[in-house]
Amino acid sequence: MAALLALLVLFILYPVVRVLWVSLSDEEGKLTLLHFANFFRRPLFREALWNSLLSGVLVVLFGSLMAVPLAYFSVRYEFRGKILLQTLATLPLVIPPFVGAVALQLILGRSGMVNLLLMRWFDWSVPFMEGLTGVVLVQTLHFFPFIMLNTAVSLSNIDPSMEEMAQNMGCRGLRLFGRITLPLMLPGYIAGSLLTFIRVIDDLGTPLMLNYKNLLAPQAYLRITTIGIDDVDGYVICVILVILSLVSLAAARKYLGLAEYATVQRGAVAARPVHGRKRFLVLLFCGLVLGISLLPHMGIFLLSFSKVWSFSILPATYTLDNYTEILFRVPHFVRNTLLYTILAAGLDVILGAAIAFLLLRSRIWGRNLLDAIATLPLAIPGVVLAVGYLRVFHGWDFPGAGAPLTSTWFILVIAYTMRRLPYTVRASYAALQQVHVSLEESAQNLGANRLKTFYKVTLPLITGGLVAGGLIAFITSSVELSSTIMLVPRFELGPISYGIYVYMQSAALGRGAGAALGVVAILLVSLGTYLTHRVFGGRAGSAFRV
Amino acid sequence: MPAAEIRLEKISKRYGDLWAVREITLHIKRGEFYTFLGPSGCGKSTLLRTIAGFVSPDEGTVYLDGAPVNHIPPWERDVGMVFQNYALWPHLSVFENVAFGLRERKIPRDEIQRQVQQALEQVGLQGTERRRPSQLSGGQQQRVALARTLVIQPRALLLDEPLSNLDAKLRAEMRIELLKLQRDLGITTIYVTHDQEEALALSTRIAVMESGRVVQEGEPREIYEQPREKFVAEFVGKSNLFIGTVARAGDGIIEVKTEEGLTIRAAFSSPLLPGAAGKKVLLNIRPEAIDLLAPGEEAARLNRIAGKVAALAYQGSFVEYEIEAGGRPIKANVINPKGKRLFQRGEEVAAVFDPKDVALVS
Repeated sequence: MAALLALLVLFILYPVVRVLWVSLSDEEGKLTLLHFANFFRRPLFREALWNSLLSGVLVVLFGSLMAVPLAYFSVRYEFRGKILLQTLATLPLVIPPFVGAVALQLILGRSGMVNLLLMRWFDWSVPFMEGLTGVVLVQTLHFFPFIMLNTAVSLSNIDPSMEEMAQNMGCRGLRLFGRITLPLMLPGYIAGSLLTFIRVIDDLGTPLMLNYKNLLAPQAYLRITTIGIDDVDGYVICVILVILSLVSLAAARKYLGLAEYATVQRGAVAARPVHGRKRFLVLLFCGLVLGISLLPHMGIFLLSFSKVWSFSILPATYTLDNYTEILFRVPHFVRNTLLYTILAAGLDVILGAAIAFLLLRSRIWGRNLLDAIATLPLAIPGVVLAVGYLRVFHGWDFPGAGAPLTSTWFILVIAYTMRRLPYTVRASYAALQQVHVSLEESAQNLGANRLKTFYKVTLPLITGGLVAGGLIAFITSSVELSSTIMLVPRFELGPISYGIYVYMQSAALGRGAGAALGVVAILLVSLGTYLTHRVFGGRAGSAFRV
Repeated sequence: MPAAEIRLEKISKRYGDLWAVREITLHIKRGEFYTFLGPSGCGKSTLLRTIAGFVSPDEGTVYLDGAPVNHIPPWERDVGMVFQNYALWPHLSVFENVAFGLRERKIPRDEIQRQVQQALEQVGLQGTERRRPSQLSGGQQQRVALARTLVIQPRALLLDEPLSNLDAKLRAEMRIELLKLQRDLGITTIYVTHDQEEALALSTRIAVMESGRVVQEGEPREIYEQPREKFVAEFVGKSNLFIGTVARAGDGIIEVKTEEGLTIRAAFSSPLLPGAAGKKVLLNIRPEAIDLLAPGEEAARLNRIAGKVAALAYQGSFVEYEIEAGGRPIKANVINPKGKRLFQRGEEVAAVFDPKDVALVS
């Protein structure tokens, strides 16, 4: 227990506190709000804050316009191709947003496919990808499934008798939706939206890829990487990011708590078939939304097989060189990713199980603290954790490593482990909660000691949860960018996400290779998602909820 | 309050290969308290939901006051339903829950206010208007659900196992309250339950259902005292069933030789008598009709079966005995044991009962 707590304090709490302290102290080490005052005095920073909030709100808004109808159709309507809809709608989640950003540039950018066509036909172009518009577009297409999954779950959790009763009282149609269905699904929807909001303002990769820097996350990144580790403004931005995330997370928790109140007793409301014009409109909408949201996949796939693709509607020549490059000439990106993420996922499973066990089965002092710290990473943007690590571990040789932690690859494994720990804690907690204590007690009553009981009864029963949690840690770590690009010590130690970033930044290395890495990342995430579905079964969506 | 007459004609509904309801024809009169009684899965809820309009039958017609309503959607049927889980909307206050149906009917604001107050008073819940359903106890939630349905003055009241989520004591209280309320209002009521005691206590008539069919319909006493099928005898109350052959018939009494070799005399006035001899019959004797005597004791009852006490359970107001006789158990509930000596396990006893307490099931 003490060791666990010490570990979490060292790698989660302490770095964040150090960041907080830097932003709140002056040169003599006295408490001051001066840095924050300075932050708000600078128009550049005020604008970054405003842009971040705006992008969060816009992504939620546009995402909802896509997600809520899709969720309603997929839960309440029966039509051919519904399974396809449900599967395709999770695909945006498998493409890392910064990869999607590159792909969308090729399709919707100034000299992308669509605008080239528009120019040719109408001599007219649309600046889809310029500035904040581009960022919001990419993030909307990536994040709307979060809103959809949360809304769909909360919609299918509504007890059918709630709506039947209203019908019995004479209420129907849109009025029924407004008076009963909507209010009952609102908590789940709001929770999903708030989670999306957090992810949007924490997203560093998309704005960097699109070269739009006037947002909080890229500002923090730029201050620290270009001006230096001691630049106070970077820390202030970090603290503001944490506060925004914490507030949203707390609100999401509150709303999800409310959502529990109307859960099912009898099965969900039966989906009803749609016919005629309505069916056509439903299918048209689904097709349009999915078509647009799969554009990034198409773009990245094409790019990965192209020799050159610029200022042309489609790539001029096709080649396998990009794959040769990343699989044989520079194979370390893929290798590193596998090494780091498998290690991190393994550590997460062990830590998550241990923490869940302590939380549910012990009465030791400090359990609540442990819980709080283990949940904290949900609200710590990758940039902030990375800045904290740089601040804490830079410059002193870590015992046993022979060098500062920040100059070894361990720091990446640690960062991934800590950032994804909440997932495995939650998965193990949920699994362990299903195991009634009496199952363990009856084993002990029949003569098995504590260790044997855990080994023979508890562990087999929670394996599913542990594996699922580990898979989610694996999936999300394999495309992590925001702490990765700050923490990678040397080029050869970088994982896939770093590789994509590097390739995409330099025309010399070739963007095709970056795209090929992107395809590998998509495949890794798809594989992980598929396995999670196998383990979780129908509840796979719960992996993407808090 | 308006009270509808409800007629079901040859209602059938199947789910895949399973007949949920099969060719059911019933006639529920104005102001009746009619119960669908049966084990889970017998189709009673499906039948109720058919009347409410949530299930559309594959075949057959539902008539409300003589008019077919198959094509009228639930929201226009005007039959009030109370769900098993009450289905109180968690996002609305008690007041708003009760006012819901009135608002749908575009009743003026102050009239809603008055009617909701009155409905809440009727169920003894005045003062809870501003609370949320989750802040009420199970019994109170039940009353809100009832008030919400009654306030719209529906043509009929449909109750789907409304008491099953309450604890035993509350259930008994609510039972009496429901009975008084229904009799006062005179509203046609259909009640679905698997609890035979509830059905007997509340109903004017009962339809006992099994596997989608009505196996017997009748007043509570009829159902209990003259079950016409083995299923009814076993499902409603406790029973001692005997299969046997009529050995002799005459004098309003038949003598039956049971499979176990016991002789049972039953009183009959029915036209079965002539030529009854040799017929196979199923007899039922309720445990409370059987008294126990010590072997030497005499009694003026025509039936006497010698046996041994296999088990006894003291229940306060009566003692439940299981007697072994002729290689089979016989249940006997001996009433008011106060002062009486209890027979002990293994003791020889005689089970005695009157021929008029023997029911011919089939």
